[in-house]
Amino acid sequence: MRTLIQVLAITAMNLRNLPQRVGTSLVVVVGIAGVVGVLVSVLAMSEGFRHTLASTGRADRVILLRAGSDAELSSGVDRNQATLLAALPGVARDAAGRPEASAEMVAMVDLPRKGESNPNNVPFRGVQRAAFTIRDEARLLEGRRFEPGVREVMVGRKAAGQFAGLTVGSRIAFRDSDWTVVGIFASGGDVHESEIWADAEVAMSAFRRSGYQSVTARLADGSAAGLAAFRDAVARDPRFSINVLREPEYYAKQAGVLSTLINVLGYTVASFMAVGATFGALNCMYSAIASRQVEIATLRAIGFGGTPVVVSVVIEALLLALLGGAVGGTLAYLYCDGASLSTLNFSTFSQVGFDFRVTPGLLLRGLVWALVIGAAGGLPPAVRAARIPVTEALRTL
Amino acid sequence: MRYLPLLWAGLFRKKTRTILTLLSIVVAFTLFGLLQAVEVAFESGADAADAKRLLTTARYSIIEPLPMAYQRRIEQVPGVVGVAYADWFGAKYQNESNAFPVFAVDPTRYLDMYPEFTIAREQRDAFARTRTGAVAGKRLADRFGWRVGQKLPISSEIHPNTDGSLNWEFDLVGIIDADDPAVRGNTDMVLINVAYFDEARQSDRGKTGWYIVRIDDSTQARAISASIDTVFANSPDETKTQPEKEFAIGFAKQIGDIGALVTRVLLAVFFTILILTGNTMAQSIRERIPELAILKTLGFSDGKVTALVLAEAILLLVLGGAIGMGAAVAAMPALNGSTGGRFPPLFVGLETWLLAAAIAALVALIIGLPPALRANRLKIIDALSGH
Repeated sequence: MRTLIQVLAITAMNLRNLPQRVGTSLVVVVGIAGVVGVLVSVLAMSEGFRHTLASTGRADRVILLRAGSDAELSSGVDRNQATLLAALPGVARDAAGRPEASAEMVAMVDLPRKGESNPNNVPFRGVQRAAFTIRDEARLLEGRRFEPGVREVMVGRKAAGQFAGLTVGSRIAFRDSDWTVVGIFASGGDVHESEIWADAEVAMSAFRRSGYQSVTARLADGSAAGLAAFRDAVARDPRFSINVLREPEYYAKQAGVLSTLINVLGYTVASFMAVGATFGALNCMYSAIASRQVEIATLRAIGFGGTPVVVSVVIEALLLALLGGAVGGTLAYLYCDGASLSTLNFSTFSQVGFDFRVTPGLLLRGLVWALVIGAAGGLPPAVRAARIPVTEALRTL
Repeated sequence: MRYLPLLWAGLFRKKTRTILTLLSIVVAFTLFGLLQAVEVAFESGADAADAKRLLTTARYSIIEPLPMAYQRRIEQVPGVVGVAYADWFGAKYQNESNAFPVFAVDPTRYLDMYPEFTIAREQRDAFARTRTGAVAGKRLADRFGWRVGQKLPISSEIHPNTDGSLNWEFDLVGIIDADDPAVRGNTDMVLINVAYFDEARQSDRGKTGWYIVRIDDSTQARAISASIDTVFANSPDETKTQPEKEFAIGFAKQIGDIGALVTRVLLAVFFTILILTGNTMAQSIRERIPELAILKTLGFSDGKVTALVLAEAILLLVLGGAIGMGAAVAAMPALNGSTGGRFPPLFVGLETWLLAAAIAALVALIIGLPPALRANRLKIIDALSGH
């Protein structure tokens, strides 16, 4: 109890004379704010990317690809197979008895980013009518859906935001054909918002394709048993060489390489900065106790113990660190959160748009880093403070 | 030089403080060296580009194929002295998609097009001779432990073989490498002989992915690009031709602005360093006001004292910067070894060193000038009596 009171007394005294040491204390705050700011904003990028892919697809939907292909672009499903797959009994039916399956063609089109001129691989998806029933999360923000049989496209919200010339009413030229943008759609922040959608038949004739890339279907029974039964039906049928994947499984896998890369980058950079900031904090706390040498010795002389001195110095360092962490986290939040960007996903060779996501979890992680740096920078000076012989310290007066 | 001991003594007057400050500078410059190497690696495609090479791709997307028959027609375009082509195989190795790129090429044409790649003469001949032959980049071969003479089983995600399966097997007949580290990243690939591939594949026969065109005069690059595209205008497969460098820059930009990201991180790093060292310098000079006054009393001119203070800041930054950059350079072999061809080779080039020197000088000036001016204006009487 007495120790606690002593700790409080010394800490209060330290904090009261903090304003006299603004310069050195600022070093701790700025150093740690830098670490936390960089850490949180880089991780927010990987978090946003991962989130976009993780929120794509539903568990009761499957994507069918050619066996051996891990991405739509390298897959191929011919017309007959697509029709046969849609007719399988495991596929859900709509009110009119039509299968809820959409055979889709995927191509890339070159579009420049806004204000730039070099081309980017923007995914172009030809979808069948059922696509809108299956993906009921897709809803129009502006304009209308494309008409079947006409060279019209609707554009995902992220694609429209990143790439030039994708506004309702504008015309875009790909592959000896002119297409009119007739609508902008959103689909819950998922990958499809980075795509351009058109009628599958029209797209296939324009891109001179004879087959589809994939079939997306809703299962009548979305449970594990239903999926197993459907997989089994596909595997048993000698006409198919098809891989059945739950949508979330398929899309989550695409996030792997890139989000790992961003995470490694973020943690590496932040670790280096953290080491630098720790040296800064050490410096600051050493000079803080050097300037208070006499004061500390006096306290010791009148009966304060060594532990309260140590604890109070560490507390001061931790408070400064916390302030730095809060500043860094706030800056990252203000500067990054919600900012949109688009990058080439190596797994699909196509552009994916996503938003930085500064989540509470990330902010918390930033604060933990701040506290660790604060403790590492505060402890050695604190121990030195408590160890200085009282007589020696007082003699410097 | 004669003042170096004096500078040294001033700098290490408080050992702990200076060493800690120095270490933070070291860390900042190590990070600078590493991040710059990453940025350079991303842009190395553009640096390694040959101004006499053009790239012809399908007009609307690089993934659309082009007919192989275009080779002859491109060769006839005035100014063109050589044509090669490559096709994307879509490799899957040990169940990993795109573990490395595999290109189906005409061996002689392709290797002629890239004289910066090194390959033993007999291996090159063997590649041209062997229909099922393949050559691999040295870093890839090292990573997977491949030996010349072995079979190379690689699946394609796109092209079924004659038997309908996606499994292919090639004979590894050679290893390619490059002397220039900026080029070495471009050898992280496997080349296979198109003669066998095109005959055995089930689809897209007679098509290829893109053309690489050598021209005789780099100043004519644009004009020749335009004339190539004119040849195929209004055909079912229109083309887009551009200098290799432009293509490489455009492709790097697809990933995003790596440069801007790196710059922002480094700004945060050096801003922190500025505050940190600036504070240390100011503190250190404040403590030594009487000493500086004594120097002036001894006959050191105002200018000389100012220069001494400034030199101290420069010494601190040069020392920290050199050690930090040295650490970054020392870390490169280990880093390159551990990524083993998954990432282009990292290296610290002359430009990075120059940039580091400029940053060190700038930081030294910013943190050294205020205390130096203070030392300059110092009145001996005030300084000595103020104590």
